Amino acid sequence: MATQSVIGTKNKKGQVFADPWHMMNEAPRTPCFFTGSEVIKEAIRRANVDVMIAYPITPQSEAAALIGELFAEGYIGDYFRGESEFAVMGQCAGAAFGGARVFTTTAGPGTMRAMENFPMWAGARLPIQMIVTCRGINSPLSIQPDTLEISYLMNTGMLVWHAESAQDFYDWMLKGFMVTEEPDVHLPLALCCDGFFVTHTKDMVNLTPVDMCLPPYDPYRAPVPCMDMECPPVRMMRDPFVMKSNYISYATHASWQQEIWAAAERSRKHTIAWLDGLIEVENPDADVLLVASGTAVSQGREAKVLLEEEGIEVGIVKIKVLRPWPHEEIREATKNAKHIIVPEFNVTGWLAKEIRATIPNSERVTGPRVCGGMTMPPEIIVEHIKGALGIKVAAMAGRGS
Amino acid sequence: MIKSRINIRMSGLGGQGAVTAAHVMAMAASRDGKFAISNPFFGAEKRMAPAESYCRIGIKRIYDRGELVFPDVIEVFHPQVITMGKSYTMPFYSGIKEEGVVIINSDIPLLSKEDVQRLKDLNVAVFYIAGTQIALEVAGTELSTNMTMIGSVAGITKCVTLNSLDLALQERFGKKFVASGGTATLDEAIKKKFAKKEHLLKKNLDTVIRAYEIASEWAEKNNVELTVAAA
Repeated sequence: MATQSVIGTKNKKGQVFADPWHMMNEAPRTPCFFTGSEVIKEAIRRANVDVMIAYPITPQSEAAALIGELFAEGYIGDYFRGESEFAVMGQCAGAAFGGARVFTTTAGPGTMRAMENFPMWAGARLPIQMIVTCRGINSPLSIQPDTLEISYLMNTGMLVWHAESAQDFYDWMLKGFMVTEEPDVHLPLALCCDGFFVTHTKDMVNLTPVDMCLPPYDPYRAPVPCMDMECPPVRMMRDPFVMKSNYISYATHASWQQEIWAAAERSRKHTIAWLDGLIEVENPDADVLLVASGTAVSQGREAKVLLEEEGIEVGIVKIKVLRPWPHEEIREATKNAKHIIVPEFNVTGWLAKEIRATIPNSERVTGPRVCGGMTMPPEIIVEHIKGALGIKVAAMAGRGS
Repeated sequence: MIKSRINIRMSGLGGQGAVTAAHVMAMAASRDGKFAISNPFFGAEKRMAPAESYCRIGIKRIYDRGELVFPDVIEVFHPQVITMGKSYTMPFYSGIKEEGVVIINSDIPLLSKEDVQRLKDLNVAVFYIAGTQIALEVAGTELSTNMTMIGSVAGITKCVTLNSLDLALQERFGKKFVASGGTATLDEAIKKKFAKKEHLLKKNLDTVIRAYEIASEWAEKNNVELTVAAA
């Protein structure tokens, strides 16, 4: 039987449907000095998205507005603004049920408002990609980056990745579709970054060719059939199981929940290939190891330089993927470390907790943390590490002095 | 002092273009072959509310992000940053590094005796420029105040070239730029001040150059040397 492939043919904008591996790993790149929001737009330009649904909330509003421009240019199948974040996520589900490649963006309180939908997406095996540009979720109001919302997403069944930079974000958005749309995965992805630090920061990013795009999503590769209103019966969501509280319904739920987490586990092999590992390790033999995700990695890199100037050696573990959790990788990377320093942009220290639950001798794991949208100057990390090493440090000058 | 990186904190009020100024500076530095990162910090996006932006320029890759706690240069876009405390830090110069520079848009001195002494103790040079007046004189609109602040920091530190600033301005204002509703409105407002886009670009560049020249002269006269090593 002859196979038919769209690879090499063109879409209506004249972009060539590229082999994704070639597009991401071999095709020439063009350096551009862009804000993170512009980078999100450029990734979506090349992602062949069928439906994008928007709702404004800082710091993702700019990206959502820019994608509206893309729709006007004809790069996106459909684009509209929902009534609220809750509505948006429900509408995303509808579009994904119908077999579309769906993308949306959210942040902070918006993510929290929409929360009910995320386990539903995962349960329904909808490979929606949701960008989360983290911001404070608490009162008093903050629009600055705070990563608390990621900790809520980590138990929804969604894949959760945490990008360090706009370059990560660009690459991972495109690669994310490739991982989530695998038939043995087929789960939604929460692709997170720290708002402002990525979205509103101008940085150099290498973009793939503008005349290449991902091949379209094929809903008929899905492990569950997409809804086709012309061919009933449509897939029922949950009522039969809810209505019958009997052994069969409990057993069905139990196996289904396990299947979702198993699907997340199965995403490992694809993610490792596309992202070159769930974590990235630099100098793991150092006594002091910085383990972080997101912007905290960048701040750690600056702290590493400052400490090295003083002759203190530091290693770095960048955690790229939070779900599925890189359990084995982290145990291996931290096995020789005497001090495991986990800088975090949130008050609860959820990453440190995850790491403590993963490794032996967990008393090695300590802060520092900032929260509520505060920034983390590398000097704070330096001071913390010196403290852990028992080196006396002069109290840092207060902000007001 | 020649540094491997200069950190610039721009404290302004919403609508003054502090965010745009940081982006334009970083775009220019990037064109000069340097490493640069710029980002804003603000609360509710409204006119006259405190708004800050940060620009880091250096000769090595820059990872540091977010609010600049320890800047080499602080630019004050509006007297109210000082007089009404419309700043994310109190006092506005907190965290300034020794041998740093403070650039203030004002035609009259604004610092208390105590502030003057504290800055002097840190060997921080203070440069006043009547930026808003210069913007009105050269460009005919106070919306070009941010151009005088770009010119000032460039003139003192030489961390970006005028040629790259010219190109960066063309990039920023030469095509449709989508950001927030507030920024889009202000973009429209400034475009209406000029008959043609070329006029807008030329007048803004002229404003940058005027401030650049005044600031260069001041730095030379006062032996203020703070610059980034060659890329």
